[in-house]
Amino acid sequence: MSGEAQQGAQPDAAERLTSPARVPSGGGDLARRLAQALLPIVLALVVGALLLALLGRDPLAFYGDIVRRGLLSPLGLQESITRSAPLLLLGAGLIVAFRSGLWNLGVDGQFLLAAVFAAAMAPPLAAALPVWLALLLTLAAAFAIGALWSALPALLKAGYGINEIVTTLMMSFLGVSLANVLVKLPFNDPATTVPQTATLAAADRLPRLFGTTVNLGIVIALVAILAVHWLMTRTAFGLKLRVVGANPRAAVHAGLPVARLTLAAFGLSAGLAGLAGGVEILGVWGNMRADWNPGYGLLVIPLVFLARFHGVAVIGFVFFFAVLSIGGETAARRADLPNYFNLFLVGLILVFMALTEWLGQRWQQRRET
Amino acid sequence: MESLLGPAFLTALFAGTLAAAVPLLLAGLGEQVSEKAGVLNIGIEGMMLLGAYTGFVAAWSTGSLWLGFLFGMLGGLAVALPMLILCVWLGLNQIVIGIALTLGVEGLTALLHHVQFSRSYPRLPRVETLPIPGLSEIPVIGPALFDRHPLVYLAVLCVPLLAWVFRRSVVGLNLQAAGDKPAALDAAGVSVTATRAGAVLFTGAMAGLGGAYLSTIGAGIFVPFMTGGAGFIAIVLAMLARGRPLWVLLAALLFGACLSLTTALQVGGVRVPTDIVQMLPFAAVMLLLVAFGRRAALPAALGHPYVRGQR
Repeated sequence: MSGEAQQGAQPDAAERLTSPARVPSGGGDLARRLAQALLPIVLALVVGALLLALLGRDPLAFYGDIVRRGLLSPLGLQESITRSAPLLLLGAGLIVAFRSGLWNLGVDGQFLLAAVFAAAMAPPLAAALPVWLALLLTLAAAFAIGALWSALPALLKAGYGINEIVTTLMMSFLGVSLANVLVKLPFNDPATTVPQTATLAAADRLPRLFGTTVNLGIVIALVAILAVHWLMTRTAFGLKLRVVGANPRAAVHAGLPVARLTLAAFGLSAGLAGLAGGVEILGVWGNMRADWNPGYGLLVIPLVFLARFHGVAVIGFVFFFAVLSIGGETAARRADLPNYFNLFLVGLILVFMALTEWLGQRWQQRRET
Repeated sequence: MESLLGPAFLTALFAGTLAAAVPLLLAGLGEQVSEKAGVLNIGIEGMMLLGAYTGFVAAWSTGSLWLGFLFGMLGGLAVALPMLILCVWLGLNQIVIGIALTLGVEGLTALLHHVQFSRSYPRLPRVETLPIPGLSEIPVIGPALFDRHPLVYLAVLCVPLLAWVFRRSVVGLNLQAAGDKPAALDAAGVSVTATRAGAVLFTGAMAGLGGAYLSTIGAGIFVPFMTGGAGFIAIVLAMLARGRPLWVLLAALLFGACLSLTTALQVGGVRVPTDIVQMLPFAAVMLLLVAFGRRAALPAALGHPYVRGQR
């Protein structure tokens, strides 16, 4: 099944899990797919509980805090929804890349650079222009900056066939450092003692919805992820990208402009990551402090895999993770732990997801023979 | 204040270069073996980090640096083992598992560090060096290159050793076949799984040792996320070196020079923001890839699990 692409000089490592050909989309046994999606989470939570117990913490109290704070308290729930916005936009970007067979592992750098430019642009623009126009321009610029930061890996991949895993990771490290340099030197607000950019007035940020603390970002994010899902599954352009992703060699033989499609997929993917940075700054923070790096990028990857690159399913998983992340901050503080438990949990979810995937395939093979 | 390019500046630069290059060299050589055998070991960052943690804990609690190295290797192996089971035996996606292991180790070591050391922040004593008689008395480069911990010499000795293994031994041939044409290796009666498993374990031990060097000799302290992308740089070193250990050494020294430039410049009296210097090695990687990337040959079956009978 995956033999043809192996002959190519470039390792098509994305193929096994990322190829849409291998991901059952539409129809199929819903119960089994649901089980395959939820089982890894449950297993990861169990192992996480064991670690908490080993560290002398009460796992039930820890998980209880997460649910109470992240889901059940009104303020926490609003924060979870707000947190979902950048995660969804990153997820949308990753769906584009993964479905096109590209490993865009540089989303953190794209996110952060776009965020710093958004933070620097928004206050002067808001002073000179109508607020809605300033916000729109800033978001467009964030998209462009994100896309721009992926240009070099995209060109190297499209032109020379250089593995994008390494180049996007390198650009991500570069972007994170560059963002810090920008905050500390050219964009630094001299009025503050800590290095940070000038703060956008609360009235000039993304408008809040229906008197809650949730801002417009979540609407932008939901529209983006649904649009990306529609683009990748229902349009000719999306089909072309998926063909390139499934089998680049076949795509060349079918006469598709593989290089141009690769550039387009990279640009869209990184642009959405940049938009995530813009939304987070304009909606939540209003400025950017030095050394701020939430590291959302690598955390969203497992969610996108769990959702099998399905845009609607990503919404569910992202919300779950947002609750985990908002509630986890409180739970970790109460348990006197650093807020890194989520990292451990996400790593476990990925491992168990790969395992359940494997078991599911074995199970199906056995049933077929 | 010393003048720039004076002896003190140069000694600091050379010494820092070597010190920063050793963990990259160890991990890069390990990754090279893995890649040769067809396993793209993205989890190497996690292997280094766990090695740094276990190595530091062992060295700190026993007082023996060499026990620290041993436990560093064991730490790397502890991450390599799931990688082996999941990717080599079960044939799961090497990149997903690699990211998963790295994330998991980052979270785990940060938690463990917090529980054990967040109040005490213990530090290891300065390590004793082993000056090589004669050579260490050369001005400037003597104290920089020939007055180091024995592990540094051992790491450099690994280069000719691995070159010999790759070129002259059956093991080297098997490794190469496992990466280029696993079916041929299988047909010759050698187990692809066993060959790749050995390669992954070797990578784990080397990366763990590199991590242990970072925390024990390099910093003398363990900090969460202290590897900071060194594992990913090691992957790039291995890719650029195209299977030749000497090139790993040269590239590692180049990155070491980038990393040590800050300290050396400070000795020379120049202040540079650390963020800019942190960018140097990654910028160097991108430059190298733009310049030579077209020739960064990779084994044909890299990243692909081997399933017998499947082309």
